[in-house]
Amino acid sequence: MSCERMEGRLVAYLDGRAKDSDRRAVESHIAGCAACRARVQGFHGVWDMLGELPEHEPSPAFDVRLRARLATEPVHQGFWSGVLPSPRFAMAVTVLALFCVWLSSRPISTPTNASNEADFRMIQDLPVLENYDFLSSFDVPQPAPPPLRD
Amino acid sequence: MLGVRAGDETSFELLLQRYRVPLVNFLYRMVRDSAQAEDLAQEVFLRVYRARKDYAPSAKFTTWLFRIATNLALNSIRDGRHRQMDVSIDQTVDDGEQEQARLDVADKSPNVEHRLLELDRAAMIRRAVDSLPDKQRAAVLLHKYQEMDYSDIARALDCSESALKSLLFRAYETLRIQLAPLVVAGGGQTFRVVPNNGRAERAL
Repeated sequence: MSCERMEGRLVAYLDGRAKDSDRRAVESHIAGCAACRARVQGFHGVWDMLGELPEHEPSPAFDVRLRARLATEPVHQGFWSGVLPSPRFAMAVTVLALFCVWLSSRPISTPTNASNEADFRMIQDLPVLENYDFLSSFDVPQPAPPPLRD
Repeated sequence: MLGVRAGDETSFELLLQRYRVPLVNFLYRMVRDSAQAEDLAQEVFLRVYRARKDYAPSAKFTTWLFRIATNLALNSIRDGRHRQMDVSIDQTVDDGEQEQARLDVADKSPNVEHRLLELDRAAMIRRAVDSLPDKQRAAVLLHKYQEMDYSDIARALDCSESALKSLLFRAYETLRIQLAPLVVAGGGQTFRVVPNNGRAERAL
């Protein structure tokens, strides 16, 4: 096994999670490679030194503060509490809903049968309208002049 | 956690007692500030509590917990809100330890010297861990102290398993180089791996 391939297996060898075959391969390699042997020893040294660091205990106030914060949490969060995260959002949704209701309640002007018939009649009258100029200039017939007497 | 999801408050209390120390420890080692670590740990527990109804047991609870904790810690570090910028770069021991060291200086007994050496050694180890890039540090902390599986750590850090192994190798290699004086000072001990319940231990 090459030194480069060692790198991929060293951490698992360090923490004891390497497969038996990998462990044997690492041990076989470090038996003949001084550099990798030194590295393995160094890794184990680091592993042990990290264990020397003391644990950091939470302060006595930690539990008190956490319980106080938990006590302010709502006991049950329903579906709507997740959907409506803020009063502003709730207000916007309400206004939008009211607008939709108002919009849907408005009378909609759709063509009716009556207006269709009126249009049809107007179309039928079009020839008369086309003669409008003639009709408007048509003088009222005057009474015929009396016959001329010789 | 399933008990917590069902609304059992006792189960949440058990979770709290079980994970409060490892969580605060992990966060303290990430942010290096005691008060901030506790604030972040509380935030983690609050988020768990709030999300309890939506919890799906698709992953281990610890993975989920430390994923939240890691994200919060990395964000906190990234924001730089909680860095003590006015703290001397050499100040690496806790206030309590500093106080103890000050009290011990007046005492000339050999134990004091030994204690100071120990403090110095611990400070050097801490400094080496602190100097790791944030993600490498989180990987080492989860690997060494929480003993999480590679797949769980990878999930917590949002990376692939192979990327995690590379991350861990680079981190331990950096620590090895930085802490080499301590390894030598430790007496040039010889290490070998002895399988012990699935974990390795040093044999002198």
